[in-house]
Amino acid sequence: MIDYDKIFDEIKPFDLPRKQKEEFLTDTLLKLTNHHYQNCPEYRKILDALAFGQKNKTYSDIPFLPVRIFKEFNMKSVAQENVVKLMTSSGTTGQAVSRINVDRVTSVNQSKVMAKIVSSFISSARVPMIVIDTDSVLKNRNMFSARGGAILGFTMFGKDKLFALDENMQLKEDELFRFLDKHRGSEILLFGFTFMIWSHFCNELKKRGLKLNLGGSVLIHGGGWKKLADSAVTRQEFKDTLKEYCGIEKVHDYYGMVEQASSIYMECDYGHLHASSYSDIIIRRSSDFSVAGVGEAGIIQAVSISPLSYPGHSILTEDKGVMLGEDDCPCGRKGKYFEILGRVAAAEVRGCSDTYENKRAN
Amino acid sequence: MSNMQQYVNAFMEAFGVEESAVATLKYQDVEAWDSVGHMQMISILEDVFDIMMDIDDIIDFGSFEKGKEVLAKYGVSV
Repeated sequence: MIDYDKIFDEIKPFDLPRKQKEEFLTDTLLKLTNHHYQNCPEYRKILDALAFGQKNKTYSDIPFLPVRIFKEFNMKSVAQENVVKLMTSSGTTGQAVSRINVDRVTSVNQSKVMAKIVSSFISSARVPMIVIDTDSVLKNRNMFSARGGAILGFTMFGKDKLFALDENMQLKEDELFRFLDKHRGSEILLFGFTFMIWSHFCNELKKRGLKLNLGGSVLIHGGGWKKLADSAVTRQEFKDTLKEYCGIEKVHDYYGMVEQASSIYMECDYGHLHASSYSDIIIRRSSDFSVAGVGEAGIIQAVSISPLSYPGHSILTEDKGVMLGEDDCPCGRKGKYFEILGRVAAAEVRGCSDTYENKRAN
Repeated sequence: MSNMQQYVNAFMEAFGVEESAVATLKYQDVEAWDSVGHMQMISILEDVFDIMMDIDDIIDFGSFEKGKEVLAKYGVSV
């Protein structure tokens, strides 16, 4: 089948030029399509209905499943006893959630993809880490929400870690200062969701008049901008605040989804989101789902080599985006780079940051 | 305490298993050895043996047996 060990040994995250990446993804994703066809009854019905044949196809020809299908069907391509983890999407109250069945192989794939991608953005292998969230989101260990799963994925990078917020989302000021004292002079990795960082960290630092010395550190955040856009906070203001109050100059947003957890798209120093070798973005025209060109807005299709235990290797998201270019970003990374434009009309609100409801405000 | 005993203790502490169950244990065999438990176990081993593992080795650390090979890379023989 697919030799994942060989893939992770040989293929670096941001080195494949277009033609090689197309060959690699076509080979791997067609194998995955066949695997899911053989092992997932619901997926087989869909492909049969579409009369999909594999001959002379490239990865962009592989049918894409709308993400909502994972809410309506509990799809898996492995026996139930091999499912080791059920991941669920974040959603606001009352929304149905996606259920993603993860087996051992898929789980290891997720960790490896994540490790390769994020290592490209931090200077050394493992660093002290501050999670700007509460550790109570990890409490239910059998059923991870997307939020808990993302935090957990990133904690691999932390040598010593601190959850900076208590269960009431209050800043643990004393512990934070002790942690900073202990790791004075080291590069620190900070991770959190965009809205939580803004409301429970940036705003708290401002309110309490605290300035932190985190020069040389890296902050990675994700989960969506909608809630901040609603409060009229711009990307620039977000970055400026982190620089002014913490001295952090390296701030990287990322785009990702629970259906392809860990195949994340990280923002480079030039503000572009990058697809790694292990996954890709295809922008589709909303009129007929044909592939849109560079600079043309459309709906985002995402493909990833990780999902072996559920048919999520090619999905249609409910996000809009625009391709900015391929292989020629000034940061030097190969592959496509793009920008997110928001949600398609009538889509549900989702995203770890955007579905967060601030109970304390009421 | 021998390295082996400390290694065994780390598994017992992280996953709440009996000493007799440790030798054949693999990732996800018991509920406690999930991804949260995994990082707790790694953290205990790093403290006990005063090492810092690479991410690839943390991911490859899939069983009690495999872990011995990983630790050997850091000069810890168990």
